[in-house]
Amino acid sequence: MIRKFFASRWGIISVGAFIGVFAPLLQKWGNPGNMGICVACFERDIAGALGFHRAAVVQYMRPEIIGFVLGALIAAYLFKEFRPRAGSAPIVRFVLGAFAMIGALVFLGCPWRAMLRLAGGDWNAIFGILGLVGGIWIGTLFLRGGYNLGRAEKTHTSVGWLLPLIMLGFLVLMLLYPQVEGQDKSGILFYSIKGPGVMHAPLFIALGVGLAVGILAQRSRFCTMGAFRDLILFRQTHLFSGVVALVVVAFITNLILKQFHPGFANQPVAHTMSLWNFVGMVLAGLAFALAGGCPGRQLFLAGEGDGDAAVFVLGMIVGAGFAHNFALASSPNGVGPHGIAAVIIGLVVCLFIGFTMRKKVA
Amino acid sequence: MSDMVDARGLSCPQPVMLTMEKIKKVKKGEIAILVDTDTSKENVSRAATSQGWKVKGVNQDGTGYRIMIAKK
Repeated sequence: MIRKFFASRWGIISVGAFIGVFAPLLQKWGNPGNMGICVACFERDIAGALGFHRAAVVQYMRPEIIGFVLGALIAAYLFKEFRPRAGSAPIVRFVLGAFAMIGALVFLGCPWRAMLRLAGGDWNAIFGILGLVGGIWIGTLFLRGGYNLGRAEKTHTSVGWLLPLIMLGFLVLMLLYPQVEGQDKSGILFYSIKGPGVMHAPLFIALGVGLAVGILAQRSRFCTMGAFRDLILFRQTHLFSGVVALVVVAFITNLILKQFHPGFANQPVAHTMSLWNFVGMVLAGLAFALAGGCPGRQLFLAGEGDGDAAVFVLGMIVGAGFAHNFALASSPNGVGPHGIAAVIIGLVVCLFIGFTMRKKVA
Repeated sequence: MSDMVDARGLSCPQPVMLTMEKIKKVKKGEIAILVDTDTSKENVSRAATSQGWKVKGVNQDGTGYRIMIAKK
């Protein structure tokens, strides 16, 4: 029964709606503006907490990400869907993850946050979403042309456990070295004392919502990239209805919480350079399409045993290190000094991958 | 002998794409599709139904599934 429900249209709609309620609530409970949930930003903050980059304003071990992976792991075991698998071009997935992050940080958000920014009245998100769709559309052209990364193989159970264990390790570190008010370091972990990195919902609330989303999204296969890809490729609206539900419900929730502030200027953690909001997300969308899932979906797949998705996640975290160490990431003032160059290089790399990896599998 | 699609180990959206290709090619009859995740099982069943095919059965096959679809 439960299994059937989550595979149905109402299943995916209710999961989108759940995220649409709880993401704005997480913002109310302390997360940054229009960033109740942002997979790219939160993985970037995790990279900061570990010291992989030293951008002082974005360092925090985000429990939502930990919850996503562990929630998916729990759901996969409860429903006997844990399938350890790996070996489908992991290095390609790593590189795609890194450039997906770089593109997302030029826009300042993953597809999830793009939807939440829209639902919060940040019209700059429209250019990001158009770019996302454009990137995914390019990805579907490659898919139609026979692009694929080859088959994964069944493997040891412990392979599937590695990313969940890493996340568990992060949680332990967080409990061992909790944030100390006004200090930028606790034990080995870095924290922010100003900027978005200092804004966060209480640990256990964030972790709880993360776990719930992880469980629900694993069951329903919620994917913001797949939503547009399936629409373009098969005229299928299943996943798309989940994303629409997210935006509509998040918009209503924002209205109720008085978090809806329409406009272009002075939006939280956003800039107004429309062209680069667009192109940054073209890069991210293309990378997600070539890797077969949005950043959230990659976390859920990693939780259910997909070692290749786990490599994509690690690629994103490393990409965040590059993005801030090389000044590629944007800020409210606009794109970083080398952001444009990085986006162009990323697009060239994605095209190289798309054009050259079309081995027939059938 | 029914037609077969082996989509084991392939990630989204390959299993659905291969199924759709096969459906376009054979137009009617029976197709067996091998997949190895529950996501692929659901996606392939959904795609086949949307094309007017019936899912006749889903059987455990090794660690994955064998989906039988048919159209008269």
